[in-house]
Amino acid sequence: MRYSIFSLARNALSRHEHWPLAWRSPEPKRSYEAIVVGGGGHGLATAYYLAKEHEINNVAVLEKGWLGGGNTGRNTTIVRSNYHLDPNAHFYEFSLKLWETLSQELNFNVMYSARGVLNLVHSPADMDAAIRRGNAMCLNGIDAKFLSRDQIAAWIPELDTSSSARFPIVGGLLQPRGGTVRHDAVAWGYARAADACGVDIIQNCEVTGIRLDGGAVSGVDTTRGFISTRKLGIAVAGNSSRLAAMAGIRLPIESHVLQAMVSEPIKPVLDTVVTSGVVHFYISQSDKGELVMGGDLDFYNSYAQRGNLPALEHVVAACLALFPSFGRLRQLRSWGGIMDMTMDGSPIIAKLPVDGLTMTGGWCYGGFKATPASGWLHAYTMARGEPHRLNAAFTLERFAEGRMIDESGTGPKAWAH
Amino acid sequence: MLLIPCPWCGSRNQVEFTYGGDATLKRPPPDAPVEAWYEFVYLRDNPCGPHDELWLHSAGCRRWLKVRRDTRTHDILASARPDQALPGGEP
Repeated sequence: MRYSIFSLARNALSRHEHWPLAWRSPEPKRSYEAIVVGGGGHGLATAYYLAKEHEINNVAVLEKGWLGGGNTGRNTTIVRSNYHLDPNAHFYEFSLKLWETLSQELNFNVMYSARGVLNLVHSPADMDAAIRRGNAMCLNGIDAKFLSRDQIAAWIPELDTSSSARFPIVGGLLQPRGGTVRHDAVAWGYARAADACGVDIIQNCEVTGIRLDGGAVSGVDTTRGFISTRKLGIAVAGNSSRLAAMAGIRLPIESHVLQAMVSEPIKPVLDTVVTSGVVHFYISQSDKGELVMGGDLDFYNSYAQRGNLPALEHVVAACLALFPSFGRLRQLRSWGGIMDMTMDGSPIIAKLPVDGLTMTGGWCYGGFKATPASGWLHAYTMARGEPHRLNAAFTLERFAEGRMIDESGTGPKAWAH
Repeated sequence: MLLIPCPWCGSRNQVEFTYGGDATLKRPPPDAPVEAWYEFVYLRDNPCGPHDELWLHSAGCRRWLKVRRDTRTHDILASARPDQALPGGEP
């Protein structure tokens, strides 16, 4: 059924008791042309674009838990493309363009809100770096605007823009088309659209092994039996190393926990996304009124999907340094997700050194905003057996070849990116 | 909150420590082939379970230590000086 004002009116008359299920829950078949591991945004998007763009409809998505229960349900919903290096800039701008029309594409309201993403600048050196990045963005055809301290003070009165602030604000780099997207709707929208194309979405089905035949993928062992396939795509975020190890591959990735939290809901107070690289902090207000905020990793390897209080204390301290009035708010809840941190801070969307095996992963902090482009390019790479020009740089081999895409210039320390 | 047992200072709050990463990596000899350096610098086992790792007691005795910690639960299983083996041997 197509969602529209008419379907809404029709179902309102029948007390909303006859809406069809948004997707099926089929039994797994014994064989598929392609299998995607991971039923989050990236995996579901991969399956959708395999069917939509490449007419590969005999596809299964295998998810060990429930749809969108990993990082798709654990992020801070921010989308942006304010990157400096060309491969990242072109990739994330492609993603942002897909976000802009995704609700129409999927016939599902993902609530893209172009409220802007503002990176605060706190020192002359910081300002030089921001202007350089803004100029690079403009040269790449991406919107960027530098705001003075006075412009920021007039726009966001809650920010402490005084010169006596702990880290005084001297300006900010704004990407007006950046903003937020309703994260759960992304998983649900892609799942519903993929299902409509014939994709089998199989939840509670954990992959326990990858079978190889003569150096090529022949199928996967799962908690619901063996399923054969010649094309296997991995989209499992923090578990990328575990899946790759099933095919005998070691990755330049460490898994780390990143926490975020929300305050109690309040009336509208903040109509943009504010971030600060100096105090390591980002904040926005959800449509429910909660202030959504996050900061640093916990800085130790983890698969636990929960972290410890020192990292949250740091987030709160950073918040109060920028927004003193938020000190009266109570925290409603916090959570953690497992980041697949690569050694240069950029993702891997590529064929792996086993025939028929591809991955999209290594997302570090930035996986949510990449979801549509990640799925689009992963599907392209799976279907064609070669990368698109937009993901040609995001190979696994770049680390051995010295072609790192190190946006922050921090070198091979996974948790420093 | 992690309570990290420093071999010199006893159990201390995690905020006194700085993380140093995988402790099982062995620096290759200077004339080792480039593949060995690639593995040392970039590749990680990244285990889901017990993980041997280095920590620096940066706001304490400023010495390095080895810790075996379960990455599924954050439980600390053992600690040792960096030149000593953790109980139970190699992971």
